[in-house]
Amino acid sequence: MSELPLLDVSNLQVEFKLKNGTVRAVDNISFQVNRGEFLSIVGESGCGKSVTALSIMKLLPNRVANIKANYVKFDGQDITNLSENEMRKIRGRRMSMIFQEPMTSLNPVLTIGGQLTEPLITHLEMSEEEANNKAIELLNMVGIPEPEKRLTQYPHQFSGGMRQRVMIAIGLACEPDLIIADEPTTALDVTIQAQILELLKDICNRLGVAIIMITHNLGVVAAYADKVNVMYAARMVEKGGAPDIFGKPSHPYTIGLLRSVPRMDKKRGSRLATIEGLPPNLMAPPSGCRFKPRCPMAADTCDTSPELKERVKGKNHFTACFYSDDANKKGASIYVSDRDKFKPIKVKKDKPVLSVRGLKQHFGVSFRSGWLSSVSGTVKAVDDISFDVYPGETVGLVGESGCGKTSVGRAILHLNLPTGGELKFNEKELNQKSVALVRQDMQVIFQDPFSSLNPRMTIGQILEEPLKVHKIETDEVARSERVSELLTKVGLYPYMKDRYPHELSGGQRQRVGIARALCMEPKIIICDEPVSALDVSVQAQIINLLEDLQRELGIAYLFIAHDLAVVKHISHKVIVMYLGKVMEIGDSDTIYGEPRHPYTKALLDAAPIPDPKKERGREKIILKGELPSPLNPPKGCVFSSRCNFVTEDCRKASPELVDFDNNHLAACINIEGGK
Amino acid sequence: MLAYTIRRILLVIPTLLAVAVLVFFVLRVVPGDIVEIKLAAEGGIISAEEIQKEKERLGLDDPIMVQFYKYMIGLPRGDLGISLWTENNVSEEIMSRIGLSFELAILSTILAVLIAFPLGTISALYRGSILDYVIRIITIGGIAVPSFWFGMLLIMLILATFGNLPPLGTISIFDDPKTNLYQMIWPALSVGYRYSSVVARMLRSSILEVLSEDYIRTARAKGVFERIVIVKHGMRNALLPTVTVIGLEFAFLLGGLVVTESVFNLNGIGKLFVDSVVRNDLNLLQGLVLTVATGFVLVNLIIDLLYAALDPRIRYQK
Repeated sequence: MSELPLLDVSNLQVEFKLKNGTVRAVDNISFQVNRGEFLSIVGESGCGKSVTALSIMKLLPNRVANIKANYVKFDGQDITNLSENEMRKIRGRRMSMIFQEPMTSLNPVLTIGGQLTEPLITHLEMSEEEANNKAIELLNMVGIPEPEKRLTQYPHQFSGGMRQRVMIAIGLACEPDLIIADEPTTALDVTIQAQILELLKDICNRLGVAIIMITHNLGVVAAYADKVNVMYAARMVEKGGAPDIFGKPSHPYTIGLLRSVPRMDKKRGSRLATIEGLPPNLMAPPSGCRFKPRCPMAADTCDTSPELKERVKGKNHFTACFYSDDANKKGASIYVSDRDKFKPIKVKKDKPVLSVRGLKQHFGVSFRSGWLSSVSGTVKAVDDISFDVYPGETVGLVGESGCGKTSVGRAILHLNLPTGGELKFNEKELNQKSVALVRQDMQVIFQDPFSSLNPRMTIGQILEEPLKVHKIETDEVARSERVSELLTKVGLYPYMKDRYPHELSGGQRQRVGIARALCMEPKIIICDEPVSALDVSVQAQIINLLEDLQRELGIAYLFIAHDLAVVKHISHKVIVMYLGKVMEIGDSDTIYGEPRHPYTKALLDAAPIPDPKKERGREKIILKGELPSPLNPPKGCVFSSRCNFVTEDCRKASPELVDFDNNHLAACINIEGGK
Repeated sequence: MLAYTIRRILLVIPTLLAVAVLVFFVLRVVPGDIVEIKLAAEGGIISAEEIQKEKERLGLDDPIMVQFYKYMIGLPRGDLGISLWTENNVSEEIMSRIGLSFELAILSTILAVLIAFPLGTISALYRGSILDYVIRIITIGGIAVPSFWFGMLLIMLILATFGNLPPLGTISIFDDPKTNLYQMIWPALSVGYRYSSVVARMLRSSILEVLSEDYIRTARAKGVFERIVIVKHGMRNALLPTVTVIGLEFAFLLGGLVVTESVFNLNGIGKLFVDSVVRNDLNLLQGLVLTVATGFVLVNLIIDLLYAALDPRIRYQK
């Protein structure tokens, strides 16, 4: 082990030449990574964290990117002025990279083997046979069964998690010193995320590989990082050891970021802190401290840019804020002042607004399997699900992708005709005919704020349309006033009526989506992953808005999401789904506090808590394997194929939901195992 | 791959059958009567009897299902009936012309690919450079300029350089390949310019698209030589849409080029098409449509097989 840091970046600066100007995407960033160390770079989208990584690897196109630095020393050698060919020799050999999107990061027309042996043949000059043997070894190492067979297959024959394992194998093929992982698990489910991160951490520990992990997920950082760099608007605002960053955050932005994440380990009821406003446009950044316009502590001094300074000598905890000591002392209180005003919403449980009994949504599928023969089957996307939603209540629906949670929402709205079961809205039966009458009262908010608004309509037109269609407001002036009122209600401004969706940010668009749902004065809104496309600080704003509206208008929500912490924060009641079936259902605090079902337990274990002390201290069950094919679900209990407590009896019959105490139901025959 | 190939080939049969049925009935909906046109051309007063007699002789007064039966019975033997105008065998009439159109299509495809691949690739790799702009101007010209006009320019160019024109009357490639090529290269060029422009532009944009894909970044991050990144990782993916364009253009050429054929005085399918339509020669017309449709189906078959060879996702598809 040498004493020199493995990677030493000094004053890195990256500029992009665009048609209408220059954007400085990374502004004077310095940091070091030692051998075998785990560094995390965190920040919201557009803060420059990915660009930092790509510029170290020199993977940005020369045509548009202008990279400058005092020096970037890799293992003592300054790589800033290396030629393309010299840099090529380092890439994949001594530092490699894992990307965010496993689905598109592998070449679809080349075999896995071909792609995996490529660096071995290029850098280590192995023969094809040697490379193949090494590739089998690598696939074994990253936990891919039947590696010999898998080598000849193509990426589309692998699941997302499997592809990311292959990417890790490719990254580690030549035993590099440094591996840069750019949001490696963002596209994956929590259980798979836990598998992949454990694998990465484990292998890198064994081989002494340093990791730079770029992520927006503070839980992941808390679970693994030794050191953390926090970036905001192209600059580094805080860097230091993970315990310092989480325990003694000293930059108002870091504090706000930590406070705006919903936490699974906290009781429900507290309001999320929000950082007001949006990150600045880097085409025209504010002068002085970049965070000033959003900072609750901003003062005149902040008009000059603060330097990154060490807070206590020798502690290696740096902050770029004039008031870092003050911020450190006050902590979260700099954001929340009106916390007590927001009491949790109490739900009166007399008449449910929506009642679902034995809901089924089956899809027939058929495809060719070989020589003119075809297979057909049924996917039971939703299989016998019952629950009630009361006025003013939020019911959370969680599960991994493919568990059927979105299908539940669509079936309730009759966007897909349910295969079976009984739906009642305000005690009136819902069917194909009657659903038209209650459409106004049941609204929906979609996941993607970018594609769910018509790009050719102004915000005003989008919001007026339902009022027109349902003949609620026939007078044009009154309609316009109504729209202004709605925009104000969701925290936008009436002048935005004439704007087009592309002129708004993601968070603003989601507010428009909410306004559109609200304009019918619905009794219930089905929210399908409403915040998963948004950054943490904006996500907190939207969650607060949804809660405020519920408090004011008494709307019920069916909140479909995969983020367990978000669901815990917002929901009164939580339903955990797996392969179309309910695994567990109960009060939010109960489910998260005393989960009964092994699946719920595993799901909670897989989601990291943004607190290194708690996160590293807790015992975890990491779920093995992946979601089985819904065409061919396991016999008996659908979860049996991945359950750690499985017994022979589990495979015999599908377990019934059993009420444990006070409406806390779980479907498992050996519930002791779950506890 | 084998299963896919066989399945794909078997699929050709019902497709062609459907085309045959459709062509027969659709053409019979078209108003107009060949007998009247034919006899009118001879002048004089024609009695209804004469028309009836002629119709009987040509089998046009049979009930439509009987006509259809005769037509379908003939198909497997390659018997497309007789031309109602010349009374020659339709198959022979088409076969004598299709060779020329086929040769023209093949020659211009070869020319187009030879021109388009280097142009498209260079244009994409040196995007934004002067070279790229020059290539893009040349190719946009190819799309904008009508082939026959470019053909006329070519003829003037031949006259200016060689002082004479290639001999009239097409000589078969099997009899005298040199003269034949000298005759055919000019129309092939005139069609091939447009053809290569379409392909080059397609290739340019698909290479650019592919090079911005995540897996290209992955390949670069592996430290693979840039040359290999482009050829092995890029080209194969970029070829997919390009192959489609080449195939469609090829099939389009099989259908004949009315104006270009007349500029170069070629006796291809195009002229026959026009004649049969003008004369309402249903038998010849349905024979022609069927032949061209078969060409299209076969070319599409080849494209699909090429696609499967290039892209494993299609091979393994349901």
